[in-house]
Amino acid sequence: MTVLVQGTAGAVGNAGNVGNAENVVQSVDWLAIAPPTLAALGALAVLVADLFLPERRKSLLGWTAGAFLVLAALSLLPSAAGDRATFCLTTDPEACSYVADPFALAVQFLVLGAAALTVLLSVTTVRDERLPAGEYWFLLLASAAGAALLPAARDLATLIVALEVASLPSFALVGLRRGDGRSSEAALKFFLSSITATAVSLMGVSLVYAATGSMHLVRVAEGLRDVDPGLGTLAATGVVLTLVGFAFKTAAVPFHSWVPETYVGAPLPVAAYLSVIGKAVGFSGLILVTVEAFGAYDHLWGPVVAVLAALTMTVGNVGALRQRPDRARGAVRLLAWSSVGQAGYLLVPIAAAAYADEPGRAVGATVAYALMYAVVNLGAFGVVVHVGRTAAANRIADYRGLYAAHPAAALALAFFLLCLAGLPPGIIGLFAKVVVFSAAVEAGLGWLAVVTAVNVVIALYYYLAWTAVLFRAPAEPAPGTVGATGARPRVAGPLTAAVGVAAALGVVLSGVPQLVLRFAADVLL
Amino acid sequence: MIPLNDTVARLLLVAVVALPLIGAVAALLPAPPGLKGKSPEQAVLRHGVTVTGAVLAAAVLLALGFDHDRPGTFQATTDVPWIPALGVRLHLGVDGVSLPLVVLTALLTFLCALHAYRRMPDGPRPQAFVALVLVLESGTLATFAVLDLVLFFLAFEMVLIPMYFLIARWGGEGREGAARKFVLYTVLGSVVMLLGLLLLGLNAPGGPTFDMTVLVENHGRGVSHTVQLLAALAIGVGLAVKTPMWPLHSWLPDAHTAAPTVGSVLLAGVLLKMGTYGLVRIVVPMAPDGIHTLAPYLGAFAVTGIVYGSLACLFLARRGNGGDLKRLIAYSSVGHMGFVLLGIATLTRAGVNGALFANVAHGLITGLLFFLVGAIKERTGTTDLDRLALDGGSEDGGGAALYGRAPRLGGLLAFGAVASLGLPGLAGFWGEVLALLGAYHPADGLSRPAYLVYLAVGAFGTLLTAAYLLVVVRRVCMGRPPTSGATLALPDVRAHEFAAWTPLVVLTVLAGLWPALLLGLTEPAVQTLLPGVSR
Repeated sequence: MTVLVQGTAGAVGNAGNVGNAENVVQSVDWLAIAPPTLAALGALAVLVADLFLPERRKSLLGWTAGAFLVLAALSLLPSAAGDRATFCLTTDPEACSYVADPFALAVQFLVLGAAALTVLLSVTTVRDERLPAGEYWFLLLASAAGAALLPAARDLATLIVALEVASLPSFALVGLRRGDGRSSEAALKFFLSSITATAVSLMGVSLVYAATGSMHLVRVAEGLRDVDPGLGTLAATGVVLTLVGFAFKTAAVPFHSWVPETYVGAPLPVAAYLSVIGKAVGFSGLILVTVEAFGAYDHLWGPVVAVLAALTMTVGNVGALRQRPDRARGAVRLLAWSSVGQAGYLLVPIAAAAYADEPGRAVGATVAYALMYAVVNLGAFGVVVHVGRTAAANRIADYRGLYAAHPAAALALAFFLLCLAGLPPGIIGLFAKVVVFSAAVEAGLGWLAVVTAVNVVIALYYYLAWTAVLFRAPAEPAPGTVGATGARPRVAGPLTAAVGVAAALGVVLSGVPQLVLRFAADVLL
Repeated sequence: MIPLNDTVARLLLVAVVALPLIGAVAALLPAPPGLKGKSPEQAVLRHGVTVTGAVLAAAVLLALGFDHDRPGTFQATTDVPWIPALGVRLHLGVDGVSLPLVVLTALLTFLCALHAYRRMPDGPRPQAFVALVLVLESGTLATFAVLDLVLFFLAFEMVLIPMYFLIARWGGEGREGAARKFVLYTVLGSVVMLLGLLLLGLNAPGGPTFDMTVLVENHGRGVSHTVQLLAALAIGVGLAVKTPMWPLHSWLPDAHTAAPTVGSVLLAGVLLKMGTYGLVRIVVPMAPDGIHTLAPYLGAFAVTGIVYGSLACLFLARRGNGGDLKRLIAYSSVGHMGFVLLGIATLTRAGVNGALFANVAHGLITGLLFFLVGAIKERTGTTDLDRLALDGGSEDGGGAALYGRAPRLGGLLAFGAVASLGLPGLAGFWGEVLALLGAYHPADGLSRPAYLVYLAVGAFGTLLTAAYLLVVVRRVCMGRPPTSGATLALPDVRAHEFAAWTPLVVLTVLAGLWPALLLGLTEPAVQTLLPGVSR
């Protein structure tokens, strides 16, 4: 599927001069496109295998999906040596549709690694909630394939297609709890708002194409630099509209309202998946179009993204602040709002890129922050899934006394929350914030840095309040709470593994922050 | 005094910072065989004493091996890269400014561990308590020992979570609100400080660097006035919250009132010092133009704090106002730290030396006072001055008659009070005098009339300080001793309390009689921080 789409995209740019057949056929570097391709193959393999596997062996599907994702992540290794590009125009070898540069590799690693962790989180839920296994794993892998394709895409058509490949399966994933009204409603809301955003983006892309005559980001960048004065407004409108679709996926304000309802309605691992990979899709798309293609219009999108960042983090954090501890599904709601707030931090370096001398370096801070965020947010969701197995309501109040019942789980969750808040012992969280601040200060965005600083304090309030609840003495045993005797949930192996991996990664990264922060120092694009 | 090999000194400093962290992890693990003690609780509290004792020994050894001929240069330095992407290095070292604070921190934490060994604060498991105290110790020691701006920020933040939990889990009434207020105020301050630190580091003339030694040496050359002013303002505000400077102090009384004794001692004795240390170490030498512009305002806030703190204390000390003794000492800290800030605001060598001296003196004296108030609360069950006075049994409600009921405790409290009011011959005196002396003749370019006003207001503040402390002594120590009844007799100073308090008393007297001990260390270091300043 991927290959086909790529071919078409290439042909669009090539339509002008179809000479002999030889010229039209682009060479394909299979090794470079292995990561998304392997994920897509995995999706097909799972879908077919589902037809032949007896009911009791369905759990094999999950492990197959995980294996394919790990394989896809490993296939990044050969590309690490140097930039690889493929699907280049035969007439214009500079303009390629797929480039495996350091940025693409870093985000692909994030996406595939996070998807693999999501698989670990999902195994238990798929079994417990009797979700249709074949469909679930197929949709997850298909979406991951799209998300892995996106950061390497270098033309507008491939970008939009990758965005849709990543999004469409996730609508179905959200609504997979059959017979659950909330799940279906969430899926419908998510679907309607998402396609609206994509449609607006497509409109923008077409305007940009009209103004520049090219789909490839490099050529668009050139075209926008000396655009026909009569087309100036058209191009500017196109630039702004294109950002909408990606801002939606990042859950930037004002495109955030779908987040809490969708996360609450979706199966928990799907919410975790959306909170990390959905955002990765959004911010990598934003980075590509802004920095790679719309560099000439940075006076336009720079302030827009900066204001979006400020609004997003403020609205998200205030929303999280307003969550009451006894509200049903409060934990998921809080993580949903906090993920909106975190999206704001992710946007700060992108805004800074508009003002920086080296935009390719500024956006590295976003990648570094996103890697940290992916690890700790998935870990936090892991503990939430664990608690959700006994306390179906999953209120914040249900976490009271978690330390007494499950010391390891409580310590892990406390660590993840403090990483998100950016306070030691969550050292990696602290340094990720330092990198974001440093990008803003370096770009001279003082006001945005101050807004971010205030938001860090607001966010600390609710993260710390939740952390404090974990260590409180257990409440009177009441039915449905974690502390209730006899209701101690069976420890699920895959879930433990997921939380364990996330915690171990968090601790290692806290000791050696260089592992992710190096992206903030390198020129990625 | 004793020659130390360079490697040994370096290892000692690393041990001072790292040992508490290792100890904190070990405190959470079950005790190994042979060290189990009578019970797990006893074993872990003893573990706390051992680790803090080892840290203190290392710190003292480091101080003995410190080359007193060149206190202005960093010694025992370690410098290894940690995060090349950010240019962050594990750069440690001590000079005459930081060495006294390192020793003070190690000493106070050890005394706290000793105190807790006999008298564990009421609350959940002591394992967590010991681990938190050790992380706190590591964070404060690291703050004083690091020579990298980002690392300084990390160390600064490291103390927050342990202190939050110490207050919120082992504190008294209203502890959760107080702990939250503490942590939110400080974090707001420290993220603003981070912005200032980044501004300084990224705008360094020789390319971005966070190395303090480089930035101090550069002394703000080639950094525009605007950048210096913004950086000094941002860092200053962040540190002023911690210090605390009036009007950013409102978290302090609540935190102190709610905190357990050990928490109060460490908060007043050590944590507040991080703020003023940062001002002297970072703002004054790295953004000299910026602080020069801000100094008059800093001085004004400082003397306002002195008077405000004293007036608040006077109010609390009056009969019928239900003043809480812990709260009173917290407000007195606001006043004392005002003197420290005033000393820094003069930008003179006398003033900054005075500030550093007052810093250490305040740590010793207020640490002692919080220990004593904790002991009083333990015995009488209250720190409410009115109730204390009534419990004393005197019909006029005049005083708790501690002299009669527990003479040694009463005597120590009176000692702490007169030391705190700055009696010549005790530690509290020199810092305040030097700070006022600095204000008499501030650095060139600063408005002398303004500073003379500060001098007058500050001096008036010392009078107010004397007034409220004497009222406290009268209401707590004096009064007619109870005529009869065994219930009114209080147990006097116990052995472990004696052990915990004696070093503080001895050092208070020593620093008062022999100020050169400290000033000899700080003066040369201050010279390097304030080059070209003659006074």
